[in-house]
Amino acid sequence: MASISAAVIDLKRLELLADSDSPVHVIDARAKVLVTFVFIVAVVSHNSYELARLLPFFIFPTVMIALAGLPMLYLARKIALISTFALMVGIFNPVFDRTILYQIGQWGISGGWISLLSLLIRSMLTVGAAFILVGTTGFTAVCQALERLGMPQLFAIQLLFLHRYIFVLADETGRSSRARELRSCGRKGLGVASFGSLVGHLLLRTWQKAERIHIAMLARGFVGRFHAHRQSSFGKAELYFLLGWSSLFIVLRTFDVTGTLGTLITGIFK
Amino acid sequence: MSHHIVEAKNLQHVYPDGTVAIKDVSFCITHGESVAIIGANGAGKSTLLQHLNGCLIATSGQIRIGDTPLSKGTLPDIRRTVGMVFQYPDDQLFMPTVFEDVAFGPLNLGLSGDEVDQRVVEALERVGAGHLRTKPPYNLSGGEKKRVAIATVLAMAPDILVMDEPTSGLDPFARRQLISLLREFQHTKIFTSHDLDMVLDLCQRTIILHEGVIMADGPTDEIFQNEELLAACRLEKPFSMQGCPVCNGKTNTKCHDAG
Ligand SMILES: Nc1ncnc2c1ncn2[C@@H]1O[C@H](COP(=O)(O)OP(=O)(O)O)[C@@H](O)[C@H]1O
Ligand SMILES: [Mg+2]
Repeated sequence: MASISAAVIDLKRLELLADSDSPVHVIDARAKVLVTFVFIVAVVSHNSYELARLLPFFIFPTVMIALAGLPMLYLARKIALISTFALMVGIFNPVFDRTILYQIGQWGISGGWISLLSLLIRSMLTVGAAFILVGTTGFTAVCQALERLGMPQLFAIQLLFLHRYIFVLADETGRSSRARELRSCGRKGLGVASFGSLVGHLLLRTWQKAERIHIAMLARGFVGRFHAHRQSSFGKAELYFLLGWSSLFIVLRTFDVTGTLGTLITGIFK
Repeated sequence: MSHHIVEAKNLQHVYPDGTVAIKDVSFCITHGESVAIIGANGAGKSTLLQHLNGCLIATSGQIRIGDTPLSKGTLPDIRRTVGMVFQYPDDQLFMPTVFEDVAFGPLNLGLSGDEVDQRVVEALERVGAGHLRTKPPYNLSGGEKKRVAIATVLAMAPDILVMDEPTSGLDPFARRQLISLLREFQHTKIFTSHDLDMVLDLCQRTIILHEGVIMADGPTDEIFQNEELLAACRLEKPFSMQGCPVCNGKTNTKCHDAG
């Protein structure tokens, strides 16, 4: 379980990445939030057996990571970690859905495998886009942008607190389960009773700690308004950024670019 | 300058579960004073401190900072005047980097870009933590966290500095560093502490809290001489006032001076 706290500390590193001045970092947070939103909608709205048409979407994370100078390996690892959840969700698809969709030689590939793969690709794309957003913007600035885009202030603040709360919860979980492990003398069967009590304590402690953090925020003049350190406005650059990417995503979503390219190339070789 | 006065009148606090943490506490701390609030575990020190900037609201009684009684309307102003350093720096540091954490307060005060930067840099330099600005707070050592936590408060330019057990959990060297740092501050200072040697070092005045009641309030030297009182409140004389174990307690002052 200690690995959970390690993973969380590692996730916090994502926010440190936001402290940079790359061409992507300086773009107003609202433009990045909107582009990310269009991207996620475009990716998710594909039907669940789609593979080929998803591939061109990788151009967005690739370009953004390159421009922002984000650490590729670190992001890939985090995305892989989160994608295991998608794997858990989709793992039974191949079992239930055995309709053969493709035939490669004598191998028939069932719809289940295709949809599992499609799910994985979509989770990689969307999680990647979300990571890139936070890594180039910072979570506070994202919440602030959401508020400036019209999300009710209360929701935006709750989102911010939820984000902090997850870190607190994970910290406490790591600590508690380590204590429990150490006192269980290496036995595996730790008992459901102790586990229930552990979870109960954990929630209470987390709540108390979250409350203390909230008090500390209030003590330093927090009145429910956001102040991102970076001052920016929605200018021409933001407009081009937003229109450029959004229209690309919409084109990729509406037209079968991969297919057309494929026929073009096969056409040439015919 | 009357802004720096802290006055509590018949303060009482009952927690929602029925625990009466403080009962009828009154005191007045004037400008530039350095006051220690001491008492055994659970005496109600932390509870009392959290009333001073409205983190907790008294069940009955009143807090007054300068001429301003603490109420919902005056809360923002009072929180700017009274800087609170909490016991656990982990609760106080919640932003991704030290810089952003220290900037949190000034940004909330409505300051803008350059002014915020300047305040952050000054506050961090003041506590000798300028080199930590780009680090994430959770990677700092205990002493560093404490100093950064103090910087977060200093950046808001408070008139009154309130600290809950500032030296707890520090190694001897970090503790000494912190004490000399605190000595430099000209603010009105209010500490709670179990570190009575620090109290002796920094505070002219001491208030003893025992089970939510003030048992004594007076000059630190006098209070620490009164062994009966200390024993009754589950406290012990600071080490520097106890007999010296090397020379059998007789020449305590000499030995102490030599060291
Ligand atoms: N949130 C709470 N709910 C109920 N009782 C509390 C709470 N916090 C503290 N107490 C109780 O109030 C008393 C004073 O606590 P505290 O002010 O933390 O003491 P000190 O800081 O002097 O050690 C203790 O008896 C403690 O158990
Ligand atoms: Mg306490």
